Amino acid sequence: MRKEGKKRRKRKEDKKRVVVSNLPFEGWSPKENPNLQYRGNQIKTSKYTILSFIPKNIFEQLHRFANFYFVGIVVLNFIPVVSAFQPGVSMIPVCMILAVTAIKDAWEDLRRYKADKVINNRECFIYSRREQSFVPKRWKEVRVGDFVQMQCNEVIPADILLLFSSDPSGICHLETANLDGETNLKQRCVVKGFSQQEGQFQPEHFHNTIVCEKPNNHLNKFKGYMEHPDQTRTGFGSESLLLRGCTIRNTEVAVGIVIYTGHETKAMLNNSGPRYKRSKIERRMNTDVFFCIGILFLMCLCGAIGHSLWNRTFEEHPPFDVPDADGNFLPPALGGFYMFLTMIILLQVLIPISLYVSIELVKLGQVFFLHNDLDLYDEESDLPIQCRALNITEDLGQIQYIFSDKTGTLTENKMVFRRCTIMGSEYCHQENAKRLETLKEVDSDSEEWAQYQCLSFPARRTQRPSTMRSQGGAQPLRRSQSARVPIQGHSRQRSVGYCDSVQPPVAFSSSIEKDVTPDKNLLTKVRDAALWLETLTEAKPAKPSHSTTSSIADFFLALAICNSVMVSTTTEPRQRVTIPPPNKALGTSLEKIQQLFQRLKLMSLSQSFSSTAPSDTDLGDSLGANGPITDSDEKDDASVCSGDYSTDGGYRSSTWDQNDILGSGSGASSDGVMEAPDLGLAKPELCYEAESPDEAALVHAAHAYSFTLVSRTPEQVTVRLPQGICLTFDVLFTLGFDSVRKRMSVVVRHPLTREIVIYTKGADSTIMDLLEDPACVTDTDLGKKMKKIQARTQKHLDLYARDGLRTLCIAKKVRDTSSQQAVISEEDFQRWASFRRQAEASLDNRDELLMETAQHLENQLTLLGATGIEDRLQEGVPDTIAALREAGIQLWVLTGDKQETAVNIAYSCRLLSQTDTVYAINTESQETCESILNCALEEVKQFHQLQKPDHKLFGFRLPSKAPPTASGAAVPDAGLVIDGKTLNVIFQGQLEKKFLELTQHCRSVLCCRSTPLQKSMVVKLVRDKLGMMTLSIGDGANDVSMIQAADIGIGISGQEGMQAVMSSDFAISRFKHLKKLLLVHGHWCYSRLARMVVYFFYKNVCYVNLLFWYQFFCGFSGSTMIDYWQMIFFNLFFTSLPPIIFGILDKDVSAETLLALPELYKNGQNSECYNLSAFWISMMDASYQSLICFFIPYLTYKGSDIDVFTFGAPINTASLTTILLHQAMEMKTWTTIHGLVLLGSFLMYFVVSLLYNAICVTCNSPTNPYWVMENQLSDPTFYLVCLLTPVVALLPRYFFLSVQGTYGKSLISKAEKIDKLPVDKRNLEIQSWRSKQRPGPAAEVSQPASHPAPPIPPQDFRTSTPKSSSPPKWRHTEDWMLRKQRGSRECKREDLCLGGPSARPSSGQHLLEPSRTLVPGAHSRGQNDVRKPLSRSSHRRSQSSLTI
Amino acid sequence: MTWSAAARGAHQPDNTAFTQQRLPAWQPLLSAGITLPLFFCAGLAFLGLGLGLYYSSNAIQELEHDYTGDADAGSCAACAAQGQGRAPPPPCSCSWHFTLSELFPGPVYLYYELTGFYQNNRRYGVSRDDAQLSGLVSALRHPANECAPYQFSAAGLPVAPCGAVANSLFNDTFSLWHQRQSGGPYVEVPLDRAAIAWWTDYHIKFRNPPLVNGSLALAFRGTAPPPNWRRPVYELSPDPNNTGFVNQDFVVWMRTAALPTFRKLYARIRQGNYSAGLPSGAYRVDIAYNYPVRAFGGHKLLVFSNISWMGGKNPFLGIAYLVVGSLCIVVGFVMLAVYIRYQDQDDDENDDE
Repeated sequence: MRKEGKKRRKRKEDKKRVVVSNLPFEGWSPKENPNLQYRGNQIKTSKYTILSFIPKNIFEQLHRFANFYFVGIVVLNFIPVVSAFQPGVSMIPVCMILAVTAIKDAWEDLRRYKADKVINNRECFIYSRREQSFVPKRWKEVRVGDFVQMQCNEVIPADILLLFSSDPSGICHLETANLDGETNLKQRCVVKGFSQQEGQFQPEHFHNTIVCEKPNNHLNKFKGYMEHPDQTRTGFGSESLLLRGCTIRNTEVAVGIVIYTGHETKAMLNNSGPRYKRSKIERRMNTDVFFCIGILFLMCLCGAIGHSLWNRTFEEHPPFDVPDADGNFLPPALGGFYMFLTMIILLQVLIPISLYVSIELVKLGQVFFLHNDLDLYDEESDLPIQCRALNITEDLGQIQYIFSDKTGTLTENKMVFRRCTIMGSEYCHQENAKRLETLKEVDSDSEEWAQYQCLSFPARRTQRPSTMRSQGGAQPLRRSQSARVPIQGHSRQRSVGYCDSVQPPVAFSSSIEKDVTPDKNLLTKVRDAALWLETLTEAKPAKPSHSTTSSIADFFLALAICNSVMVSTTTEPRQRVTIPPPNKALGTSLEKIQQLFQRLKLMSLSQSFSSTAPSDTDLGDSLGANGPITDSDEKDDASVCSGDYSTDGGYRSSTWDQNDILGSGSGASSDGVMEAPDLGLAKPELCYEAESPDEAALVHAAHAYSFTLVSRTPEQVTVRLPQGICLTFDVLFTLGFDSVRKRMSVVVRHPLTREIVIYTKGADSTIMDLLEDPACVTDTDLGKKMKKIQARTQKHLDLYARDGLRTLCIAKKVRDTSSQQAVISEEDFQRWASFRRQAEASLDNRDELLMETAQHLENQLTLLGATGIEDRLQEGVPDTIAALREAGIQLWVLTGDKQETAVNIAYSCRLLSQTDTVYAINTESQETCESILNCALEEVKQFHQLQKPDHKLFGFRLPSKAPPTASGAAVPDAGLVIDGKTLNVIFQGQLEKKFLELTQHCRSVLCCRSTPLQKSMVVKLVRDKLGMMTLSIGDGANDVSMIQAADIGIGISGQEGMQAVMSSDFAISRFKHLKKLLLVHGHWCYSRLARMVVYFFYKNVCYVNLLFWYQFFCGFSGSTMIDYWQMIFFNLFFTSLPPIIFGILDKDVSAETLLALPELYKNGQNSECYNLSAFWISMMDASYQSLICFFIPYLTYKGSDIDVFTFGAPINTASLTTILLHQAMEMKTWTTIHGLVLLGSFLMYFVVSLLYNAICVTCNSPTNPYWVMENQLSDPTFYLVCLLTPVVALLPRYFFLSVQGTYGKSLISKAEKIDKLPVDKRNLEIQSWRSKQRPGPAAEVSQPASHPAPPIPPQDFRTSTPKSSSPPKWRHTEDWMLRKQRGSRECKREDLCLGGPSARPSSGQHLLEPSRTLVPGAHSRGQNDVRKPLSRSSHRRSQSSLTI
Repeated sequence: MTWSAAARGAHQPDNTAFTQQRLPAWQPLLSAGITLPLFFCAGLAFLGLGLGLYYSSNAIQELEHDYTGDADAGSCAACAAQGQGRAPPPPCSCSWHFTLSELFPGPVYLYYELTGFYQNNRRYGVSRDDAQLSGLVSALRHPANECAPYQFSAAGLPVAPCGAVANSLFNDTFSLWHQRQSGGPYVEVPLDRAAIAWWTDYHIKFRNPPLVNGSLALAFRGTAPPPNWRRPVYELSPDPNNTGFVNQDFVVWMRTAALPTFRKLYARIRQGNYSAGLPSGAYRVDIAYNYPVRAFGGHKLLVFSNISWMGGKNPFLGIAYLVVGSLCIVVGFVMLAVYIRYQDQDDDENDDE
């Protein structure tokens, strides 16, 4: 125990958590168990208990200013001298509002409580020493230090350190969908040293002490070590931690010790709950509330002064001046002061407290409709839009800047293998490109697609034997069965989509990823390579030559091996092919493996030319066990199919079916008879579940060339070669991918040569630096060759980047070319491995150590080749971007990607257009940067000035009030490309102002190579310096900071996990949803809420002013002519519902029109519905209306025998009518709901008033409005007053609205007019509007497919000098060309704009003179921009002709 | 297999007109086409109404006389002077003579009017106890606190009726005399003082406390009258149906006026020879001048008035309707003019483009 005490102290010092087994302490008092000081596993997310609810809830509510104000008013009411109403009565509104909020809170809390209860009472199995077995217990009883046994498909109750898994290799699979939404399985492995346990795990034998971090919220970061009784330590990391809330999959039994429980689990710590932001309208509203406070103050002051003046007019106290209870009169000054307070009570409604409640209700309604919009629902992922922030819906309608991530946001993040280069020769995969192209086109039109499918397979249909035909009917069925299979971690539907398939066409996307059409040229080479590979033996290792054949084999092996892709089969998605060959001993000794491979190799060698089937019996067993049992039908079908394929050899290379590729691959080496079983074996379609989509793309690519990844365990990888033999590589080590290293490596032992080989793949920039220096190579020929290969590969890489492809370099480290001996000898590796283990076990600077060890291994690489993976644009992206831009939104792309890739994506999604001027700034020097900015600014401005007359000439209608950004779209098109380094310079060198000024002239801005921090800095810069409404959209963890920095963060629930979604305000599934989200919902939400807020202000002022006017006729005594209850009812019931319904349902313009005319969005951007003038106008109108509502009855009843409440009744009725009619005039769409609510409110007023006036004889002491309403309803004057008053009150507004409706020039009123037209006429009108309004973009948009491909010709323009082949508007400096080449970084070019030679010129500066012909000789230019002015001016011309 | 299939489409929103915001809707757009006819129709309707109102209001005759006694106007000046500075003022009577040259058509209502009397003053208006007035015995013994300082008398007895409103009950009385021929005798014109209060007030809202031994006086025993009153509440009138809390004058007074200048109905003249109105001749109103108003600068007036279907004389409403009606028509014409011009312009614009 003393030892424990010491530990406890130590824990305090070290900020570490020490966990020991609970078992020795079973039955002991809690104090003696060191683990019991940790919190239990019970979770409580509810805020209140039954007892604490009322005080706590009230306390929380009082924190809000609004309620505080209200309570202050109530307190005032309890002061007798001041009270205007009965103190009890005056509490009603505040109680009402508190109660409504409390009920809402209680309901929410109850739901949380119930959910907690369910979770806390779940069962799990915990080891009990008494029972000597695992006994069921509830989750809430789980303590730190308990041993928990979990079975397959069980949810993990706490954060548990995995100590045992029924899987012989100590692996346990997790589904983390509950946590991060990723549906792919994660591997977790048992803590080292526990993996080789025989049979059952014995918790009682566990005497180790676990030391780990304090609870924190990093889901993927965890480290600690285990101290054995003999003082040795074993390290472990997050790969051994099972997280609460995840589900165990594919593992029969797992046992672990509980580390963190309850609220300390990582899942709970990550759960931050919904976010609260304050929207722009609310900020605006708050200032207006202060105006209202000012008005209130003035009115109260007026009352106070008036009261004391009025008091002074009497020489002696008149009978109606009542003294206080003691018969004393107040001095006028004091009376005035009290009157001030009384007036505050009286006019309290002027501060629209109910507005806050109403707004919350309205936003709930808006969120409901947002959530229910089918257009924002993604069928593929079965996800509607998620609104995580409930209170900023209207901000969606005011966005001025959008910052978008590229990968996964604009693009699908669905990686498709496009082309590759191996050993310096490029395989352009024409068919593959064609395939992708057709698919791309087809994406848009499903019917066409289906037809195309039918047409493209005539051969297949006709040539299929009749027996096949009969089976053909069953085929779609089978497909749709397999369609429920998630691949790559998505529960996405997968259907192959023959024309008779009923599956929707969205599903093709995954077949795009999967089916790669091999390059014919390469395919033959691959076959040779495979043959060559099989000839390898240990005795006869591969020659150290860099022969293409060996490299091709290595290349594809690397593609298949160097990844973390898991394999599962289609038919049983979660039954992974993880069972290693059965003769693999559990204790995996090296000798045994060696024996195994010897055997395997011999067998395969002997059979490689005859039949492949026997060679992999072991594999066959494992696979076959899945295949026939689970879906024998399918297998039969498939095998017959493949037979069919082999007889029809003609169309092999052009079909898309992967079976066929297999068939063709094996068909080359064996005859059809032998092939059938082989295919049957291959048939259980392998599913690859990768952590990142590029990995899957590469594995699929390898698969297309028949290097099929068949199975993967942590220790072994099996790859089937084209001839069908399977090679099983021992995985000695895997260095996982991380964003710092930007590469991953696997260390494998080659089964044939017994060599240790390292395959590395990674970003070109890092790999190129790690390559063996050709200069050091002794063999000069070889050195030259390597240099050449590197140069050519680099060239290809640049070309790929130009094409918008993502590049990855594949390299291998096998032997040192200089010393001609294996670099990694067995001893070396063992030494390295022990070093690595040490690093892993260390707790302190582990990351650095790991990095260092990785660097030790990953060097001196030999380049094999590179791949180009296409990240396809998401559907509808260009269209969405065009629409958003037309809406006056500036779109910036902030990406971590390479400049070339980013620019190309920008072209292809029409963020930049062919005719744009593009300025690219890449520099690390401040002066250069400044001068470039100056230059560009000057240029743009000159261009601007020249453009201005154009605008007038062609009758451009620029919104007069629009800020520069809103009109930015009309400004000549300029684009700015900037990279992360330059951004840094800008931020450090106080160049933000210039930068922003320049960007305001640019149509779009691209920031490449920017870090997450830079992204958020850019967002903040625009948000704070320009005061713009910003929206960030992204899908990855690297976008989180940007999403959080913006006014609205939108997460795309895509391929990269849920981190972006978790930090976002709204989560959508596709980028194209942004269009409707902003243009329609944003507009609606904004205009609804804005107008509701204005209306609310109006309503309150209008009503309260009635009371104020009365003060002039009652000696400023604070009396009211309306019964207090009726006043409360007026606000609570009679006039509250219509504005709320209005705020939820009203549509000023229909969705179709809003989508067709994105310009209408500017209404919200410029805050046209609710701004200062709108507020004051409505204030004036309210005052006017209240004047009318008061003085018409006043003048009517003046001098008559009217009594107080009888006088109030027509005023109340008239103002109610006025207020409701005002609302009715504001409503642009009338549905039955609107009508019913308005009519209902009106009728309710009468019903409630009549009832109240009939029942309440003495209930409301001291004054009762008994029979007043009834009396008034029998008086014709009442009706005359109630008819005249609203008409006079609303006449100005009505007049104004009808003038606006008839002659209104504003966009919205025009759109409203268009909306009223019948559909065909409407379309016509919209078209003419668009052509009128903006000739350029409209023309562009009307032909959406005008340039779908990036403008860069697919040729390798890098090889040519930057003369003609470069795109017209880019001026490349040589420097940029050579940027990637070693040693060329010093090669700089003087910046032309810059005089001083001292400045470090940009590494790549592309300046274009858009108006070069117009401004000759403004700057000295390079010689390669001859074409630019030409194209530019021609474009101008074309635009002008369009305009005229 | 079920795990992936089960959730299919589970989150798909319902495709209903409501959730998709496609409810059939009417989109009224206020454009000239709709508003012009509306303006004209409304204008004409208002003009018609206004004319009707104007004429019916004009048909109403009113005769009023200020008997406050300021600046020796009439015989009440003496009373006014006499009451100056004395509280309560001593009883005094004066009279007002007037002559009708023609019939003052009936039914004729006799009002008294007070000016500058703020019955709507908050602290005055609430200084009453409706529970007490509704005959509740407990409230009779324990008047509401709002009545203070007229809640308990100096002797500690509960005041009935309590409060400032009751305390300041208007106590001038009037009688009307008619001289058919000049020099002839004055005949008292019968004043119908019943039912001058609201029916509901008289029958429901105001109730006497239950009689004790058949006597109202006993029911009120142990209470004190308001300090300004000369008689206890049960002696307000000899008529048992018009005394105590249900005294018509009292009920009328207790319905506090909305504005500082107000009339209260005193009597109707609709009996006997006067059912058709007041015939021509000389009239005299005898006034028991008790109520002091000069302290707060108020005036007391007597008003004879007849009423029409829309109540008393009210020239405002008719004029207002006329003005608004003509305004609508003017606006309508303005809009029409602009509309026509705009149409042309629009066409031009379209031609331009």
